[in-house]
Amino acid sequence: MSDNKSIPQTQPRFSATFDPYTMSEIRRAAATGIYDIRGGGAKRKLPHFDDLLFLGASVSRYPLEGYREKCGTDVVLGTRFAKKPIHLKTPVTIAGMSFGALSAQAKEALGRGASQVGTSTTTGDGGMTPEERGQSKILVYQYLPSRYGMNPNDLRRADAIEVVVGQGAKPGGGGMLLGQKISPRVAKMRCLPEGIDQRSACRHPDWTGPDDLEIKIQELREITDWEKPIYVKVGATRPYFDVALAVKAGADVVVLDGMQGGTAATQEVFIEHVGIPILAAIRPAVQALQDLGLHRKVQLIVSGGIRNGADVAKALALGADAVAIGTAALIALGDNDPHLEEEYRKLGTTAGAYDDWHEGRDPAGITTQDPELSKRLDPVKAGRRLANYLSVMTMEAQVIARACGKSHLLNLEPEDLVALTVEAAAMARVPLAGTSWVPGQQGY
Amino acid sequence: MESLSFDLSQTALREVNQFLHGADLASKVSKVSITQPDGKHAIAAGLNADVEVEIDGHAGYYAAGMNQLARVTITGSAGTGVAENMMSGSVHVKGFASNAAGATAQGGLLVIDGDAGLRCGISLKGADIVVGGSVGSFSAFMAQAGNLVILGDAGEALGDSIYEARIFVRGKVKSLGADCEEKTMGDAEKKILADLLARAGHKDVSVDSFKLYGSARTLYNFHVDNAGAY
Repeated sequence: MSDNKSIPQTQPRFSATFDPYTMSEIRRAAATGIYDIRGGGAKRKLPHFDDLLFLGASVSRYPLEGYREKCGTDVVLGTRFAKKPIHLKTPVTIAGMSFGALSAQAKEALGRGASQVGTSTTTGDGGMTPEERGQSKILVYQYLPSRYGMNPNDLRRADAIEVVVGQGAKPGGGGMLLGQKISPRVAKMRCLPEGIDQRSACRHPDWTGPDDLEIKIQELREITDWEKPIYVKVGATRPYFDVALAVKAGADVVVLDGMQGGTAATQEVFIEHVGIPILAAIRPAVQALQDLGLHRKVQLIVSGGIRNGADVAKALALGADAVAIGTAALIALGDNDPHLEEEYRKLGTTAGAYDDWHEGRDPAGITTQDPELSKRLDPVKAGRRLANYLSVMTMEAQVIARACGKSHLLNLEPEDLVALTVEAAAMARVPLAGTSWVPGQQGY
Repeated sequence: MESLSFDLSQTALREVNQFLHGADLASKVSKVSITQPDGKHAIAAGLNADVEVEIDGHAGYYAAGMNQLARVTITGSAGTGVAENMMSGSVHVKGFASNAAGATAQGGLLVIDGDAGLRCGISLKGADIVVGGSVGSFSAFMAQAGNLVILGDAGEALGDSIYEARIFVRGKVKSLGADCEEKTMGDAEKKILADLLARAGHKDVSVDSFKLYGSARTLYNFHVDNAGAY
């Protein structure tokens, strides 16, 4: 007879459904009675650009010589109606992020880095700061539902105007900036009392629907004498229809943001459960442009989880004209850096996972309005890091394009791609690797 | 100083607006008349000069949008978003105004002699609006600063989620929105109201016939016990 000690024990087993994170969230909700708020984009595993591969040149295709033969990277945005389109040296742009969500130093660093490589930055909710305009050679001015800090002088000072309908992290939702970050300067710019939780409307106050949007765009053009390109930004949900309607409303450029795209702060449940991945959104958007005969005439900027030159090349091959980066740019500035691990631990997190951007306690001095923390970020050095990163992304995309025999990044095409998974093949509308099967096409 | 007139049935709107945006406009012309507007959109939008502009007839959406310094009169009615995001100057609508009149306006004075539609003064950020008639529902939604004076009645959900703006109503209010409550009108508020009534051509109307509404400030910081109001 054996005693219980000699019976082999099974390993403790966590539920796949009630995993440790899920259980911790249940306990947190039960203790506080409020939903979890955080910054960033979707953290769950999603079909993404990693599920695509390029088919380099071989016998059937002819490559370009690396370091010798030119592979263009420039892109012109706003060629449809604007008198003064935007000329970028790289198709990698900086996405809209507000002063308020970010420190003035971080905004300045974004401007410095982008300007060094000849690309654009974008304002956010709360208006345009002198630091940002001063350091950004090409600045896109966001026109948001809240109209916080909206000023016609800034509209005229901008190089392009982006009408924000939605964003990938929270399509259908408005912004929020909690009281900890409503500093005196932020409060003044937004015309709000200090320290309150600022809620941004989810709908524009003076237009509803695509017919009104057309008239709103006309007003913006009239006010700026038809000089500035007008972008329309949408969160990725129904990209075919949203892009078609934005084009019908008169957009020069459509910005399409997938659910991996970050936010300064919103509900975790919103970030993880509303919207679609950028991989699933690009082809329907491009299809809408093609059906209207306006592909490459109305430019498409895509964003949401762009990390390297391969992602850039894949987005362009699927039909985008440019990409925008937000989270990746903040990481390049110094966000979530392991050298701050001790401080992240004090905040109950770890480097790489810090996402309580709304609390304003960012030890890297980026997602904060605390003067002492903000001072930690040197805008010159951080700008240099961003410029380096943008250059690397551009060169990486060139490496891939040359290998595919393309003399310009915009010559990349879906034919250069295959997918590693059935899901990615269906979403990107390219064949599963090693087959000629594109799920959903030709009756299969 | 010269007066000029543009006939919008003969001259393109773009041409008229570009003239109005010209450098040193105020030194070249004192009054610009725009005839035959026929409901065109964005007439006199984006002005930034101390000039008088008269739109003789009905204007479409966003008439005098984002106005700075100019004094604009619309002899007829105005479409959606008249004087939206006005910064300074004045806009006077002698007829009626459609939805979102004075939306997000930061400065200046908007006077509407007739009624205004839905969402009048939505997200108001410091401007003053005086409506001679009634306003539709959801007026002063999320209004942050400034004054909305209503001589007639107000529709549903007046002042929903209001911040620090003031709403003066002479007639009936169908319902108040979340976090909006009646306030006691002190001497300072009476002075503000009297001044606005006088500037809008209603100097004989008694300030004592109005009630004042503003923020109860219970939703300024999230609290779980207020969840039902969000």
